[in-house]
Amino acid sequence: MKQNQLSDDQLFKQYQKKININRLKIILWQFVIFISFFGLWELSSQLGWIDKLIFSSPSKIWMLFTENLVDGSLWFHSRVTLFETIAGFILGTISGIILAAILWWSDRLSKILDPYLVVLNALPKVALGPIIIVALGPGYLSIIMMGAIISVIVTTLVVYSAFKEVDSNFTKVLKSFGATKWQCFKEAIFPASFPSMISTFKVNVGLSWVGVIVGEFLVAGKGLGYLIVYGFQVFNFTLVLYSLLVIAFFAAIMYFLVEKLEKWLIKNPDN
Amino acid sequence: MSFLKLNQISHQYLYKKGYTKALKDISFTASEGSFISLLGPSGCGKTTLLSIIAGLIEPTRGEVTLQDKPISDSKSDIGYMLQQDYLFPWKTILDNALIGPQIQQKQKNAIKEKAIQMLEDLGLSDVIDSYPHSLSGGMRQRAALVRTLITDPNLLLLDEPFSALDFQSKLKLEDLVSNLLHQYNKTSVLVTHDIGEAIAMSDRIYLMKADPGEIQKVFEIPIELRNLPPFQARKHLKYQQLFDRVWEELNKLEAKSIV
Ligand SMILES: Nc1ncnc2c1ncn2[C@@H]1O[C@H](COP(=O)(O)OP(=O)(O)OP(=O)(O)O)[C@@H](O)[C@H]1O
Ligand SMILES: [Mg+2]
Repeated sequence: MKQNQLSDDQLFKQYQKKININRLKIILWQFVIFISFFGLWELSSQLGWIDKLIFSSPSKIWMLFTENLVDGSLWFHSRVTLFETIAGFILGTISGIILAAILWWSDRLSKILDPYLVVLNALPKVALGPIIIVALGPGYLSIIMMGAIISVIVTTLVVYSAFKEVDSNFTKVLKSFGATKWQCFKEAIFPASFPSMISTFKVNVGLSWVGVIVGEFLVAGKGLGYLIVYGFQVFNFTLVLYSLLVIAFFAAIMYFLVEKLEKWLIKNPDN
Repeated sequence: MSFLKLNQISHQYLYKKGYTKALKDISFTASEGSFISLLGPSGCGKTTLLSIIAGLIEPTRGEVTLQDKPISDSKSDIGYMLQQDYLFPWKTILDNALIGPQIQQKQKNAIKEKAIQMLEDLGLSDVIDSYPHSLSGGMRQRAALVRTLITDPNLLLLDEPFSALDFQSKLKLEDLVSNLLHQYNKTSVLVTHDIGEAIAMSDRIYLMKADPGEIQKVFEIPIELRNLPPFQARKHLKYQQLFDRVWEELNKLEAKSIV
């Protein structure tokens, strides 16, 4: 008995060890790719394989980075764009979910609006940029709006179809206890749709960045999108690439936070 | 006075391209504390009928009364256990058991105590704070039973509650449910495919036929069987006799539907 248990434990330990080794290998590979990408970039720029003027080089970007970090402009521009993106993301996602809830509430309304939603969804939202800017003025508000509008329709459609797909027997259980429509929504429809909502969050993180950067291209005097346009105008591609890398960094962090939220919201049995 | 009364219930499901006549002129009564089974082939409208009794579907014709009042007035007197357990996967077993009181805004500490007590009585004390996915089929079914019973309904509607279980858990749960229902003098309507289960548990069996769903035949269960717990009833001589009669009737129905 005792011996048996020990060997079970050992088996488990072996399994854990294997998992750890596999994880280390994956991290190692990710690291190798990272290093070789930047190494190769630096090398080919130094050796003149690629045009230094267009592709710049990691060392130059790093220099710009430290410079901007010290003089505070890194944080200044990042702060503006981050604020706009997060606001756009939250606004777009939440209004999408509210719209989906309204559609779920009224079957007739959802049938009436169906063709309009399909058309709106197919429409390239950034094309609305000029109109938004004229309507809301060139500033924060327009840019946030751009970040929101780009994700709101697709969120509505995805979340609405998730609401519809919830097994009607869950609401049947609730109704058998005399639940109201609102209670059915709150207790069954909404929590059952968490997984789809989380996947739209993930998509929306990317979309909001697109909306905000395009918005900044159009109007801003500050922010990372503005830096890109400015860099392009004065032909300073180090600045363009630097801004791009900063955006990539923050986008990754936002995505990571959404994943954290997912773990918290969805109690996964395997973790 | 009859406790539950169905008066000429008919129902048809309507779609764009036509309709299905699911039920036709179903009438029956059940006295307080009695146990009724609905037995019949798949698609004969058993679930539909149960949903109508529960007030979840409005029948196209006819009416259901509970203690001489329309069922829409007495929703909280009815407990409905669906064909599968439908425990909410994001709620713990205890929270699942407390859904009814929560919906009816009766959530108090007393009812929580009661739920814990009931879960313990049904052998679920170890999993009170677990999520449904980690439970076996039988445990989930018992948890769903607690959820149905916790609001203390006078009328219980059970839609094949034991169909997903292995034979042994099924026999055990039958005894347990039967015992509970007798103890609290509950009136019940059980839907089942299983002739043996219908005989062992009920006071009366309504045999239904399909297309449209109608009551074909009524079997009164002999008093000797009624007073036995299901497991014992299954061993009784009269059980076997009745089983054969019901079996024969069901076969006749199926022969007809094949022709
Ligand atoms: N929501 C619905 N919409 C349209 N038709 C339905 C619906 N539910 C059931 N039906 C039809 O009504 C008839 C009776 O269905 P019901 O589910 O009541 O049968 P059942 O006796 O419970 O069957 P089973 O034993 O397989 O559970 C069937 O012909 C079915 O196709
Ligand atoms: Mg059924």
